Amino acid sequence: MGGLLTEPFLVSLLYGAVTAGMPLLLAGLGEQMSEKAGVLNIGLEGMMLVGAYTGFVAAYHSGSFWLGYLAGGLGGMLTALIVLLLCIRRGLNQIVIGIAITVGAEGLTSLLHYVQFSRSYPRLAAAPVLALPLLRDVPVLGRGLFSHNLLVYLAVALVFALSWMYRSTYLGLSLEAAGNQPAALDAAGVDVVHTRSLAVLCTGFLAGLGGAYLANVGAGIFVPFMTGGAGVIGIVLAMLARGRPLMVMVGAALFGASLAMTTALQVAGIDIPTDVVQMLPFAVVMAVLVVFGRHSMLPSALGTPYTRGER
Amino acid sequence: MSLRGPLRVFVPVVLALTVGGLILLVLGKDPIGYYSYVMERSLLRWGGAQETLTRMAPLLLIAAGLIVAFRSGIWNLGGDGQFLLAAVASAALAPALIGGVPRGVTLVLCMLAGSLVGLVWSLLPAVLKSRYGINEIITTLMMSFLGTSFANVLIKLVLRDPGTTVPQTRSLAVDDRLPRLFGTTIHSGLLLAMLAVVGVHLMMTRTAFGLRLQVLGANRAAAVHAGYRVERLTIAAFALSAALIGLAGAVEVLGVWGSVRADWNPALGLLVVPLVFLARFNGYAVIGFTLFFSALMVGGESAARRVGVPQHFVLVLVALLLLFLGLVEYLDQGRRKAAGT
Repeated sequence: MGGLLTEPFLVSLLYGAVTAGMPLLLAGLGEQMSEKAGVLNIGLEGMMLVGAYTGFVAAYHSGSFWLGYLAGGLGGMLTALIVLLLCIRRGLNQIVIGIAITVGAEGLTSLLHYVQFSRSYPRLAAAPVLALPLLRDVPVLGRGLFSHNLLVYLAVALVFALSWMYRSTYLGLSLEAAGNQPAALDAAGVDVVHTRSLAVLCTGFLAGLGGAYLANVGAGIFVPFMTGGAGVIGIVLAMLARGRPLMVMVGAALFGASLAMTTALQVAGIDIPTDVVQMLPFAVVMAVLVVFGRHSMLPSALGTPYTRGER
Repeated sequence: MSLRGPLRVFVPVVLALTVGGLILLVLGKDPIGYYSYVMERSLLRWGGAQETLTRMAPLLLIAAGLIVAFRSGIWNLGGDGQFLLAAVASAALAPALIGGVPRGVTLVLCMLAGSLVGLVWSLLPAVLKSRYGINEIITTLMMSFLGTSFANVLIKLVLRDPGTTVPQTRSLAVDDRLPRLFGTTIHSGLLLAMLAVVGVHLMMTRTAFGLRLQVLGANRAAAVHAGYRVERLTIAAFALSAALIGLAGAVEVLGVWGSVRADWNPALGLLVVPLVFLARFNGYAVIGFTLFFSALMVGGESAARRVGVPQHFVLVLVALLLLFLGLVEYLDQGRRKAAGT
């Protein structure tokens, strides 16, 4: 057990936690926005998967990571369009359509991948890394936290930008109202459907971006079904964070660390099944819920379509 | 005028198959060839038909469990964890019991154990929901992840059969598994599953208990107002739902596999959700949809090898089916509103 506090172990753990936590963070932030606006996006997993696929294909053909991110975001957004058209505009059940999106995305992306690549899994070159000046020289932290793809720093900045937006902008308050008292928002002259549509499209973009990061940077390849529950964890994070972007980041870091722990333990020469470590964050969260047992603070109009004049 | 029952199901199915066929066409495959191959392989050939029917057993039991939950307004999305842990429990128990007690007793005990394990795994979300109103979507999903990992931990660290290289539980001999039906390869779990799904349907629609659950599902406040013990009802619905899903796991192990390998997760829990929706929570209708889906799975897997269409195309069809079902329902509602009925 002497290998636990060595530099390679800690670097590997921190670096892995950031890499594994990024897709969760982006998806969680996206889901949070939808939930604030009153839309429960069960299809988050599907949006990530589509983003992972389109992002990978774009990066594979263009060789550009930025085009990959853009394509991933747009792919997720396109998927979110289904929610917009069917659930927000037509008021269909958000859970049914969400499951349809996830199942359909799983099927469609593996089908498209098979048609293009058959059974081969081409690999992208390693993603460009931006080591932050000065900070990169800090032992352990420098290589663990401050030597990542530029998107990582942008995502952290986004956390703070969103916090500010929810707290002190008109748009942020409109989003919140669309989830809590849509009728009041409507009475105040703001279009509920537009507000929710905007939120859902942003969710799709962020989830797709997370998927693209997962495929292009995290794995370097696209594999069918590769999100493997990341979208579901994103939903869990958003629900637990109670509307605070910073808490999504804390959660993503926790889950990311536990995902990275197995690799890090192997670096340290300890071989235990992945599953033991992967149970931990879920067990912790359940324990917290049991001990504190507070009412979950979800927007009151979550999951219900808004029709003007209907009670 | 509104669309009548059979038409409301028929239209989405036809639309989904058509759009699915168009997708195949775009990808340069022959849709007619694919569909006819799938149908021939999974329904018209006796071997394939037996496989299709065998596959239905766990799907039907899970569907029964989901119908109880959904009709009671409870989103039990943790089926995968409940299913897997129950499968592991019965796989661990069966080889240990079989030497000591008769086969029938072993099988019944294992099925009970599976149901019990599924039930126990749903207790926490049930209590959190009834006591504190904590959203069960999030808790059941978390328990599902927890359960899938825990099942693997159990197999790899505790229950591992020392005689195999791949971690798996000790195997139940083929002769000791669930009895086959009338000289076919279909195991008797299918009968049990049929009984369960019909029983659940009758319970929900014909008994006082079922009525209370339906009231709870339709309007929680009304259930409180009517003086029902809402906390107890919630927990009961959860328990019954998870026990049925647990039974599905036990039946799949006792009838088909005989053991559980590490990292095995058929992920049926979420796949059955669309079927239950398509059937509008109706127990009889769900049998038809399960047959349809099961045939697609069996035929689709074989088509992956023979026609070159990956089996996951089936998922696209299910998704299209859900989307069109939603649309048809929406249009139907609009028409009814316009007609003022």
